[in-house]
Amino acid sequence: MSSELRYTANTQLEHLHARYTGTGHADLTKYEWLTHQHRDTLASIVGHPPLTSFMAIADGEAIGRVRFEMTERMLQPCGPPPPKDD
Amino acid sequence: MHLYNLTLQAPTAISQAIVGNFSGSRRQEIIVSRGTRLELLRPDPDTGKVTAAVASHIFGSIRSLVLFRLTGGIKDYAIIGSDSGRIVIIEYDPDTNTFVKVHQETYGKSGARTIVPGQYLATDPKGRAVMIAAIEKAKLVYILNRDAAADLTISSPLEAHKSNAIIHHIVGLDVGFENPTFAALEVDHTEADQDPTGVAFNNAEKMLAYYELDLGLNHVVRKWSGPTDTRANLLVQVPGGQSTSSDSYEGPSGVLVCCEDHIIYHYMDATQHRVPIPRRGYPFQDKDRGLIITAAVMHKMKGAFFFLLQSEEGDLYKVAIEHEEGDVKSLKIKYFDTVPVATSLCILKSGFLFVAAEFGNHHFYQFVKLGDEGEDFSSTDYPSYGMADPSAPLPRVTFRPHLLENLALVDEMESLDPLIDSKVLSVLPDAGTPQILAACGRGARSTFNTLRHGLEVEEAVREDLGAVPKALWTAKLKEDDKHDAYIILSFANCTLVLSVGETIVEAEDTGFLIEAPTVAVQQIGADALLQVHQHGIRHILADKRVNEWRTPAGKTIVNATTNKRQVVVALSSGELVYFELDLEGQLNEYQDRGALGSAILALSIGEVPEGRQRTPFLAVGCEDQTVRVISLDPENTLQTVSLQALTAPPASICIAEILDTSLNRTQPTTFVNIGLQNGVLLRTVLDPLNGQLTDTRTRFLGTRPVKLTHVNVQGNPAILALSSRSWLNYTYQNILHFTPLIHRTLDCVSSFSAAAHADGLIGVSGSILSIFQVTNLGATMKQDSIPLDYTPRKFLMHPQNGLFYLIEGDHRAYSEESSQQQLERLRAEHKTFDEEILGLPARQFGRPKAPAGVWASCIRIIDPVKGETVHVLPLDNNEAAFSLAMVSFAACNNEVHLVVGTAQDAFLAPRSCTSGFLRTYKFTEEGRRLELIHKTETDDIPLAVLAFQGRLAAGIGKSLRLYDMGKKQLLRKAENKNFFSAVVTLNTQGSRILVGDMQESIYYVAYKPLENQLLIFADDTQPRWITSATMLDYNTVVAGDRFGNIFVNRLDTKVSDQVDEDSVLSGGPHKTSMLAHFHVGDIVTGIHKVPLVVGGREVLVYTGLHGTIGVLAPFVGKDDVDFLSTLEQHMRSEQLSLVGRDHLAWRGYYVPVKAVVDGDLCEMFARLPPSKQSAIASELDRTVGEVLKKLEQLRVTASGF
Repeated sequence: MSSELRYTANTQLEHLHARYTGTGHADLTKYEWLTHQHRDTLASIVGHPPLTSFMAIADGEAIGRVRFEMTERMLQPCGPPPPKDD
Repeated sequence: MHLYNLTLQAPTAISQAIVGNFSGSRRQEIIVSRGTRLELLRPDPDTGKVTAAVASHIFGSIRSLVLFRLTGGIKDYAIIGSDSGRIVIIEYDPDTNTFVKVHQETYGKSGARTIVPGQYLATDPKGRAVMIAAIEKAKLVYILNRDAAADLTISSPLEAHKSNAIIHHIVGLDVGFENPTFAALEVDHTEADQDPTGVAFNNAEKMLAYYELDLGLNHVVRKWSGPTDTRANLLVQVPGGQSTSSDSYEGPSGVLVCCEDHIIYHYMDATQHRVPIPRRGYPFQDKDRGLIITAAVMHKMKGAFFFLLQSEEGDLYKVAIEHEEGDVKSLKIKYFDTVPVATSLCILKSGFLFVAAEFGNHHFYQFVKLGDEGEDFSSTDYPSYGMADPSAPLPRVTFRPHLLENLALVDEMESLDPLIDSKVLSVLPDAGTPQILAACGRGARSTFNTLRHGLEVEEAVREDLGAVPKALWTAKLKEDDKHDAYIILSFANCTLVLSVGETIVEAEDTGFLIEAPTVAVQQIGADALLQVHQHGIRHILADKRVNEWRTPAGKTIVNATTNKRQVVVALSSGELVYFELDLEGQLNEYQDRGALGSAILALSIGEVPEGRQRTPFLAVGCEDQTVRVISLDPENTLQTVSLQALTAPPASICIAEILDTSLNRTQPTTFVNIGLQNGVLLRTVLDPLNGQLTDTRTRFLGTRPVKLTHVNVQGNPAILALSSRSWLNYTYQNILHFTPLIHRTLDCVSSFSAAAHADGLIGVSGSILSIFQVTNLGATMKQDSIPLDYTPRKFLMHPQNGLFYLIEGDHRAYSEESSQQQLERLRAEHKTFDEEILGLPARQFGRPKAPAGVWASCIRIIDPVKGETVHVLPLDNNEAAFSLAMVSFAACNNEVHLVVGTAQDAFLAPRSCTSGFLRTYKFTEEGRRLELIHKTETDDIPLAVLAFQGRLAAGIGKSLRLYDMGKKQLLRKAENKNFFSAVVTLNTQGSRILVGDMQESIYYVAYKPLENQLLIFADDTQPRWITSATMLDYNTVVAGDRFGNIFVNRLDTKVSDQVDEDSVLSGGPHKTSMLAHFHVGDIVTGIHKVPLVVGGREVLVYTGLHGTIGVLAPFVGKDDVDFLSTLEQHMRSEQLSLVGRDHLAWRGYYVPVKAVVDGDLCEMFARLPPSKQSAIASELDRTVGEVLKKLEQLRVTASGF
């Protein structure tokens, strides 16, 4: 692979990552992966009406409340990130 | 194995509703999304009834729905955000009564993904632009406009993305004719993702951002953004802009930000106003809990506007804004009324409120008052309009909810959502087909429903005649009379004539022969009556003169058929005599008599077509098992033109013109309906030109000979077929229905119209005469409900006494016992509190919310036949019931016991409890009461229990255990702890137990009695979040998962035999193979293997959480599989989904669809344009009629619907 091609491939990849949030890469940490997984799961629950109903019935909450709490949880679904050891 | 999927009842939940003028007329209509269907509801402002006009299966999942109207337009369009990765604009076409897709623009991948837009939609109030947003990052803006031909156009999308931002809500701002602006609630997670200390997370701000679409530059800018309350969840548009007629402002513009406990008025840099959301003044409730607004609606009236906001407890608040010159002076909130918690609220201009309930029946209210009295809370009562310290909450304010004052309930739409558990059983006597029993609802609005196939009948009059009539007619006096004048009843040896006036009395001197039984009665010509009796025909003129025709000596009339101009009688000699009314009103006999050479059993002629002299065809049913069509045309009178052989002697024939849009879209089709003596109905199409009979469809109606009557139902022609059940064949909303009536077995019936009973039917069963009406046309199931106290969880029928045992449980609810304790404590502390608020009916107001881990639960005994609760057994000590089973313990002489799995202080996530229990009850008083024998403690929640070989199998958390009966508690006999997450379903056959795991699909477990071991010997290759499962046979299981899939797994027979023979197993578990897979689109809560029609094959009946009821019917032969798969393939290529979701991708949402043909799609063949129909049919080497016949036959044999 020529250096030029490698360069374009890299920028393309970066571009793709910026475009498609949640796509994995070689340096992905376990925490990041898990956070993406949780966010996608929460978004999927919010996006499927039967699933929000299901959660609401189990928990005894209104559907609107379940949807709100799920979206709130997307901010940090897996707790704070682990400290970086430099 | 190949299965055919048919939906018997579409989901009844409403996930969103919008109101607008979709037909373009002045009348307002409501479009609702039922998850996978789109439906147009038409409220009638005069009667207050809501009726469905059209429903369309979209083969996708609707996530959002908005409407818009182009400037100067009179018609509203709807925009659908779905999981198709496409934005779709649809309009309603009132002429064809269909939804029409106007635009479909692809922007992303399909599926409900985090960053693919579709979750949120917002439109500019002037209809110039729409914003579609995802949950994270992506927002697209489309410009809507008109082209030169005044047709709607849509631009390319403009991006308004904000990376790493979680979007809570978006709304379009009302800015008049300035650039369209949208507001969005966003939270940026960049910093929180990087900061290990958690400070950034705690300081994360919720931003309210305003995006302006610059129409001149054609791009979107983030015009303004600023922090707002961190617990904001909803935005509501506030009217703005200058009114067109004067210079005054219509409103201040901006948004209402609904937060936990507060409402904030916000518009960029304008002064903010904040008011608290008043809370219910319960003496005890979860104190830490905030209150959020879950539904909102803004309503504009002449020069004014107000908001109705609904809290998660169901209370409606009226919010008003006082403004001057576009500046807000105050924001006021007051309690309005309490209605069920809604997913959407719609206010109609005619003064109605439609409440699409999140669970349970949907309500339609009329505004009685606008709630102007009562205490309100204004932002002017607080320093800096409540914004002195935006981070600190305002002091809480309370109110006491009241019964409806401002609204009056006018209509209710039944909904089974949420359908939590179901059974298919024959519990009601004389129902004919099995009933579907469903435990539905949530909290105090829960119900236990018995659903039976059929149309409801409203009986108005019921009278015992004392003798059994053989036949019955109603007759008008004149052709253009509105109501009937006479009811004629024919008995074994006489005739009774009743006259209909204000009361129904016996009439005298009517000209009818009453000393003999009657064969037929007809209002004939303009103002004459006709009576056919055994020995002749009486033509009774208006002045009571009677012209009589007598039969030749030795012959009697055995059968007759009449219409307004023609009379045909059959003589005992097998001859046909034909009469026709001439222009002077004289009845003339045709010179010849037709002889058929076989005894005549049935006769029928149709109505005279409009503008014609006569109907050209007569159908004659003969004893030699044939039906002949005989011409009545002057050219070839009484000549046989066609003949059809039957499988049994005919009992009755009825020719009727009924609209069947699958055969002819515009004109009614002439059907010859033939009822046979063996209870079968044949329906054939009569060719109006040559009299040929084509396209025969058969249907088994019941055990008695079929008697057919032509009736009118709501002004449309219909056929009532009487057998051991009565069936009504009618057209409703252009669809032909064939549904049984839920009524006594009828012997004869006739249309009946009187001032008091317009549009009714009159019928006789035995000696009982009844006048009744069929009102709920279009419905296929009748629902009877029993109210419950808490959310139902599971139920069972006792095998012997026929009673139902149901467990109920509500999380975050105080039980009766614990509320009493709390009240006593408060009284002991001498605190003053509002006692009245506790007396409010829970069914309407709900119950005070308790913290997590608090439960209210009970066991209920129900008598399904009487439709009542026999007994309720509340559970104490914060215990909640999760499972139940009937077990005949071998250790105590196979006496049946009820075992209920409960848990104390249960938490859901993560699952925990202080202790689980298996409560063992004995049945007393023939099962009408329960006596607790003992409680057995367990370490986790018993989510599934099952009778197994005279013992109890219990799934307790991750383990499966066998228990036997003991004196003080159940005794643990065997255990296997190797299940992945939690056992949720148990099924058994022989010594095999099938265990459904919460996350890891179905495990096959063998019980080895010698070793006393439970061995897992097979499992699935895929993870599955099981919700329900049923064994199809010893090796096969069908199960539903949480994502709306239904699938069939089978274990190899060799493995099965090997496991049963060998006592020792080695190595890892075997794997099952998947035989069939299908995405239903609704979470499957129950699957049952039962026949739905008498003597029919077994089918799989499934029920879904949102109220779906469907069947999966196995195909009989390979031919059917090939034929329908090919048809399905052709139908797929028609791209019928309104939201542009690919059908194959939808049915294979999570796993590719396998071995299931979607009957819902195939049945849409009937709605295709004729050219497409014939193109597809010719590809299949069939005629269109044959395809339709096959589809109908599949539906009828599988479900009887």
